[in-house]
Amino acid sequence: MDNISFCCEGCKQVYLLLNENNLCVYYNFEKAPGIKAKGKFVTGKFAYLDDAEIIQKLVQFTSDTQTNVSFQLPQMHCSSCVFLLENLHQIEPGIIKSITNFQRKEVFIIFDPLKISLRKVVELLAFIGYEPFIRLQDSFEKPTISFNKKELYHIGVAGFCFSNIMMLSFPEYFSAGNIEQAGLKATFAWLNLSLSLPVLFFSASGIFISAWKGMRQKFLNIDVPLALAILVTFGRSYYEIISGQGAGWLDSGTGIVFFMLIGRWFQNKTYDSFSFDRDYKSYFPLGVTKLMNGKEINIPVTQLAKGDCIIIRNEEMVPADAILDQGEANVDYSFVSGESKPVAKKTGDLIYAGGKQCGSSIRLLVVKEASQSYITQLWNNDIFKRKKNIATSFIHPWSKYFTAALFLVAITTGIYWAFVDSSKILPSVTAVLIVACPCSLLLSTTFTYGNMLRIFGKNKLYLKNAGVIESLAKINTIVFDKTGTITQNEFAKVFYEGTTLTNYEIAIIKLATGQSAHPLSRTINNFLSSYHSTVGLTLEYFKEYAGKGLSAVVDGVIVKIGSGNFVNQLSCQTIFDGSGAYIHILLDGVYKGFFVISNQYREGINIAINNLKENKYELLMLSGDNDAEKKIIEKLFASKNNILFNQSPQDKLNTIKKLQDQNKKVLMLGDGLNDAGALMQSDVGIAVSDHSAQFSPACDAIIDGSKIGVIHALLAYARTGKKIVAASFALSIVYNIIGLSFAVKGTLSPIVAAILMPTSSISIVLLVTFLSSLCARGLSKASKNESLSA
Amino acid sequence: MSALFILIGISILVAGSFLIAFLWSVRNGQYEDDYTPSIRILFDNTAEPTKTEPSTKPLIQTK
Repeated sequence: MDNISFCCEGCKQVYLLLNENNLCVYYNFEKAPGIKAKGKFVTGKFAYLDDAEIIQKLVQFTSDTQTNVSFQLPQMHCSSCVFLLENLHQIEPGIIKSITNFQRKEVFIIFDPLKISLRKVVELLAFIGYEPFIRLQDSFEKPTISFNKKELYHIGVAGFCFSNIMMLSFPEYFSAGNIEQAGLKATFAWLNLSLSLPVLFFSASGIFISAWKGMRQKFLNIDVPLALAILVTFGRSYYEIISGQGAGWLDSGTGIVFFMLIGRWFQNKTYDSFSFDRDYKSYFPLGVTKLMNGKEINIPVTQLAKGDCIIIRNEEMVPADAILDQGEANVDYSFVSGESKPVAKKTGDLIYAGGKQCGSSIRLLVVKEASQSYITQLWNNDIFKRKKNIATSFIHPWSKYFTAALFLVAITTGIYWAFVDSSKILPSVTAVLIVACPCSLLLSTTFTYGNMLRIFGKNKLYLKNAGVIESLAKINTIVFDKTGTITQNEFAKVFYEGTTLTNYEIAIIKLATGQSAHPLSRTINNFLSSYHSTVGLTLEYFKEYAGKGLSAVVDGVIVKIGSGNFVNQLSCQTIFDGSGAYIHILLDGVYKGFFVISNQYREGINIAINNLKENKYELLMLSGDNDAEKKIIEKLFASKNNILFNQSPQDKLNTIKKLQDQNKKVLMLGDGLNDAGALMQSDVGIAVSDHSAQFSPACDAIIDGSKIGVIHALLAYARTGKKIVAASFALSIVYNIIGLSFAVKGTLSPIVAAILMPTSSISIVLLVTFLSSLCARGLSKASKNESLSA
Repeated sequence: MSALFILIGISILVAGSFLIAFLWSVRNGQYEDDYTPSIRILFDNTAEPTKTEPSTKPLIQTK
């Protein structure tokens, strides 16, 4: 075996496969590449991929000789992954080519359908550790890529035309409009005119469409004055050139379009590998094994009907509410509730859709169709039918005032010149509209938020779009989910220190703690479960002392378990400061040692909560769990109000709605599917995710679980963003006043516009980028303190 | 003077060729994935010989 050790049989199998195909370079790129292969590989798992209807839904193109298909591989995480996935053709000759997109975590595979089936391709991927994420929705293709391309075409054309027009305008400026050479001036002007046409009709089309849409909805968005400025600039320039009066403002005009397009592109860059629009269909399997006349057949989940008998194997998800008919069910509802402890079910029990079977195969009778299940019903709520009102192209409330002020200035100028010198009406009014372009205003928001979006991303808060920053800044109420959000999904860490316990003693402690419902007792009991069986021991006495501990008599041994004070007045106290709990053990009057249960709450959550309270945020906690941890949570929040347990997904949604009816701006932090409704209803829904490969419900942002502790700093940064925008607005208004002072006098020359326009745009872009990066230093400081205190 | 007219024409042609190159690269999908190619370049061709050398392993024999 070449003296190589493997963590598990799965990894060894992968190595053997790679070695056989001379692909061991894979192991050279990273120190310990690869994903821990899941080991047991259920062959029947992908049987549904033999179904012609499902195949047709998944593949993008198929002919006799090749089939194209794309998969999402959430496990892709390093350069070795890319290497392995792009060399699939060496492992399996049926695969013609595979191309990965690392950022989208996608692989595009071309294979020969005569040599290998789709199911085999997926099984190969799953075998080497990259189980594709196959969704029911895959049939709908996403048109996003072609849209981005169009944006780039627009920018490219605008950039080309703008820079050439600028070059050709230089002679005009340097000669102060007196080019001696006959015909040269006109040549430059006409060249500029023809170069500006593609900008007006192609590149700027998006701005005109947006302005037109805004007007039709009777909403004066900022694209309206922008479109007007472009039209006036181009119109007046064309008039001057055609009538031979001058060179026009075409360099400024095309510059506006170019800068605006860049700003938009910068702001709209999003995170490709994250999906913010998932509904339950993303979680649910595509196919299921149905038992019909004693034969197992694979059908798509959508065809599942009431009364069907289905087989669910180990690690498979129950696709619809069903009754357990046969087998031992151990259902893991972590997808639904975030609670990771599996629940045992008896024959005849109802198992909700979304639960995952852990153990042997079970047989179920479907009682409701997949779309009518308890958990999926949430999506029938109206909230999922309307789209959240966050516009992708940013519209600031101030834009209305800006537009109104601009028209006021233009009209006043016109009226003034009508009395003084009517020949100056047209030049001055058009100059006002040209120079008071909302360009710099728009650039300040797009670049501030665009840059902040990236900085948030670096701090592992991934926002759906820049509009979310604006909503984040307005938040005044924060709702937390418990499991998976303020607590970690894994079990608490437990270790024992003291005299070594014998198996007999362990069994006694286990029995005693098993009597208590206290979360700490339960944790110790769980921790000991793998040790000794308690069979044969009798419990003679048991009493629990709230907040102190328990005493019991087991098999004649007096057991005292609890805080230091409770056990034997040792100086050691039960510490519950956020780092963990110390549980001391006394057997027959002899002090044995203590268990340390380290906190399963997220690091820094107490700091974050205190900080948020100081900043006058209203905090709530909604948990789907029972109230076993009520005391700890109340201590954490230092409040008894606003902490609710036993909340159904619908309850959570309703609570958020109620808060919003009180005019509160609600931020929801949650993970499981049971938070999906609340995340959707809230003003900003942030899904908490511990691994980038983990799937999160529909939301406005995704945050890495480790960053919950700095949520206060992130919110503070969002509020800072507003101030930066305000500061840059002030600067852009200064520029506008300078420009307008020329314009109203009717003395705005093309050269002034040509200098003012790029200077204002560039200086504002630099200012906001600098400020937003500077303020982010506070954010990274918070993260650093966080890791130091941890 | 006519030299100036020719030069202007040439300058626009040169700039235009860059524009065309840009549009072609967008169309060609070079901006769709701006990260994976940087990883791909790290792979040297050590794995390639399996393609050309006649292999004894049945998995690789395509025909």
